[in-house]
Amino acid sequence: MAHAQHVADDVHVHAHGHEEHEHHDTFITKYIFSQDHKMIAKQFLILGMLWAIVGALFSVFFRLQLAYPGQSFPIMEQFLGSKWAPDGILNPNYYYALITMHGTILVFFVLTAGLSGTFANFLIPLQIGARDMASPFMNMLSFWFFALSSVVMLASLFVETGPASGGWVIYPPLSALPQAAPGSGLGMDLWLISIAFFIISVALGGLNYVSTVINMRTKGMTFFRMPLTIWALFFTAVVGLLSFPVLFAAAVLLIFDRTLGTSFFLSDIFIGGEALGYSGGSPILFQHLFWFLGHPEVYIIILPAFGLVSEVLSVNARKPVFGYRAMVYSIMAIVVLSFIVWAHHMFVSGLNPFVASIFVLFTLLIAVPSAVKVFNWITTLWRGNLRLTVAMCFAIGFVSLFISGGLTGIFLGNSAIDIQLHDTYYVVAHFHIVMGVAAFFGMFAGIYHWFPKMYGRFMNSTLGYIHFVITLVGSYMIFWPMHYLGMTGVPRRYYAFEIFPQFDQYADLNKLITIFAIITFMAQLMFVFNFFYSIFKGRKVTDENPWKATTLEWTTPIEPGHGNWPGNIPDVHRWSYDYGKDGRDFIPQTEPLKAGEKDGGEH
Amino acid sequence: MLSLLIVAVVVLMGIVIFQVARTNELMSVLKGEHEGDVSPITTKIIAYFFLAFLVIGMAGVYFGYAFYKPKFLPAASSEHGVQLDYMFNMTAVFTGIVFFITHILLFWFAFKYKSGKGNTGYYFPHSNKLEIIWTTVPAIVLTVLVIFGLKAWLKTTGPAPEEAMEVEAVAEQFKWNIRYSGADGKLGKRKFDLISAENPLGIDWSDPNSHDDFFSDLIHLPVNKPVLFRLGAKDVLHAFYLPHFRVKMDCVPGIPTQFWFTPTQTTAEKQLETNDAEFTYILACAELCGQAHWTMRKDLVVETDEEFQAWFTKQPSTYSARKAALENKAAIEAQQFLDTLDNKEQKEVQPISAR
Repeated sequence: MAHAQHVADDVHVHAHGHEEHEHHDTFITKYIFSQDHKMIAKQFLILGMLWAIVGALFSVFFRLQLAYPGQSFPIMEQFLGSKWAPDGILNPNYYYALITMHGTILVFFVLTAGLSGTFANFLIPLQIGARDMASPFMNMLSFWFFALSSVVMLASLFVETGPASGGWVIYPPLSALPQAAPGSGLGMDLWLISIAFFIISVALGGLNYVSTVINMRTKGMTFFRMPLTIWALFFTAVVGLLSFPVLFAAAVLLIFDRTLGTSFFLSDIFIGGEALGYSGGSPILFQHLFWFLGHPEVYIIILPAFGLVSEVLSVNARKPVFGYRAMVYSIMAIVVLSFIVWAHHMFVSGLNPFVASIFVLFTLLIAVPSAVKVFNWITTLWRGNLRLTVAMCFAIGFVSLFISGGLTGIFLGNSAIDIQLHDTYYVVAHFHIVMGVAAFFGMFAGIYHWFPKMYGRFMNSTLGYIHFVITLVGSYMIFWPMHYLGMTGVPRRYYAFEIFPQFDQYADLNKLITIFAIITFMAQLMFVFNFFYSIFKGRKVTDENPWKATTLEWTTPIEPGHGNWPGNIPDVHRWSYDYGKDGRDFIPQTEPLKAGEKDGGEH
Repeated sequence: MLSLLIVAVVVLMGIVIFQVARTNELMSVLKGEHEGDVSPITTKIIAYFFLAFLVIGMAGVYFGYAFYKPKFLPAASSEHGVQLDYMFNMTAVFTGIVFFITHILLFWFAFKYKSGKGNTGYYFPHSNKLEIIWTTVPAIVLTVLVIFGLKAWLKTTGPAPEEAMEVEAVAEQFKWNIRYSGADGKLGKRKFDLISAENPLGIDWSDPNSHDDFFSDLIHLPVNKPVLFRLGAKDVLHAFYLPHFRVKMDCVPGIPTQFWFTPTQTTAEKQLETNDAEFTYILACAELCGQAHWTMRKDLVVETDEEFQAWFTKQPSTYSARKAALENKAAIEAQQFLDTLDNKEQKEVQPISAR
């Protein structure tokens, strides 16, 4: 503790000295190459939002093809060009390119960078009481590597053979052989380079988040006084640091196979009229490496949402989050287990069935801490005094989605049932609800809740409620029916179903899904409008602590400068969930414990 | 014109919504409401929305299921498939109970405990008893599911019975090659570097087991006899997917995979059961393999043993066909020289004698 205090003082003095120079900030150092964690958070958020629009727009295009196969949509030709969508009909190769890009963009750029990049940057220093990240410079590099990776991925959309089209999982040999699909040419090279930059960004950011949380907590901020947001973001960074490098290795080996003629993932291939020289490699090895990242990746996406939702629920229920310690331990359990469940994506890949059975055990085990979290969230609402802000609505919606999507995971995690459901729409429904939409709900809860801290203004709440209602209803209407498709055995990644009558009986349902997808997409555009409009024209924040929250970020000025607190960093004396204690609405973390009072986090 | 109209309507709606939203905000400021609070009327609207969402959602889940059930896959037509369906249903019961209870609590609480002025929340930071209950109960339920699941899984993926008939399915962009092991019940070896136009699977003819193997366009299977599918791929990953039999397994270049099962209903029986004279068992590809992934269909027919044997014994072996072709090479070459037919048809040489 003494050490942490020392560091905090040190930074404090340094930052204070630094602050005198802040007034000379130029446009470039303030808005572009900024080293202020708050500005970097906004950069991550806005770039993530731009990517989200692109990724979602792609999904609207391929949903049009699924709902109205073969029908001409001139708008598609206008957007995608006559090569991708000749006469307004999406070409199958580009259908696959669009689903690949949709997955890649949403998983990596939006829900990894846009979510944990934004909130880890914004909340960690503010909520633990630090002036900035441990290394603001590395933090800046983290964003700019993400930007670089974005540019490369964007460029891949414009190459002649099109972007990568082998699915976001880029399984070789399809992704390794340019003869197998046009997207496996230059587009695939750019995909791999882009992801390599992205992993550097994650590593730079993650190192910062971890070292900041460990070393830079203010005096009195013990681990068990930290808000759950910090716990969640901390473990997200740990998971990212341990798993992303494995994807880096996989990407490098795949680049070798593609360019140097090595055979890590390739063997015994006859394609395009000739037998290729690859020998002894294993496509299944790639799947192991990919999912060793890929599975922890879904927790990298959902853990920050866990944290944001726990915080938003507690603040707006005016009640402590129920079972704080259990919430922390369940995050830890999920983190540990997340590293030993990856092969549940590979039950029918040719994996040894006995090995698969071990992964079944761990996979279903992970449902226990997840269930604990759900029950604790619900109990947090019980006998609360719920202030139904827009953020609160999204947090409640998150819990609903997490239940719905989590439960279907119990089917898929059981290898016997997965034989039938694997690679059907059941899987699409499952993961979109549990880690796609649910993570978005966590992100929206976070944005609506902390927007006043970010910009000193509120987002318009009427637009916010409309956004919430359409998004909740729309998401269920898009993804719930996909369970029915899955139970009919309809495989995912099919361009059209006309060849298989069994799969082709859902024309109406596919239209319904697409219509709701378009409506939900429009609601997101409204959110984006609200976001940018409110930055400039939103209702001004006049109360330093508008939500009456206990945590440290609300002790800063309404628009904190670089360094966050103008004077000393406040000391912390209690946990962050003293809502409704002793009949008081809330007790800030900075208020000392009374004689004989027990700290809530200590049980 | 229509699209212009749609755009106009959307833009107009956007403007109206925006004006209402802005007015609401201004009203709130004028009324002097605290900026962090939610007005009573908004609270009420949202709380009733949650309630309506709960009721309509639950009804929708039930009626949606009832409505679409007739379209779901019919009951499994394989021994292990019945077991897997049972596992699915058992899991659906357990998770269904949790789904309904947690959702009712979640939205009911959101409705019931909406803010009233001057109240604080009930300070209830933890309860060891509750937390122990809801850690152990899911753990026990999941243990049950794991045990049943693994029993079904290990039986399904365990070794095939000795008497199982071997059939090979080799996938390539974008079709299936089906090879039967012939009378000896053994498939001849194949090597990818022997693949050529006339030997599409690269069968090694020096392996005597290959001599009675034959190809078939339609997959024929006898009912109630175990069949072992040996799976392979020539170029990229594919997946061998028989939805009606609950069979799925990847086909991997360079790595042999397999799946065995026992069909329990003939195609004719299934047509009667589903009341659909067009009913056909199908094979589909379930692993993205390129631009025509979605076209890789092959049909299966399950027959009585007699029907199957009648078909099976009539099939000429590919090897004998090839041998006959070689023996007649000179004659064929002469014929080729003379004939004016196009080359493509020439290659399909009919065997002189059945094996």
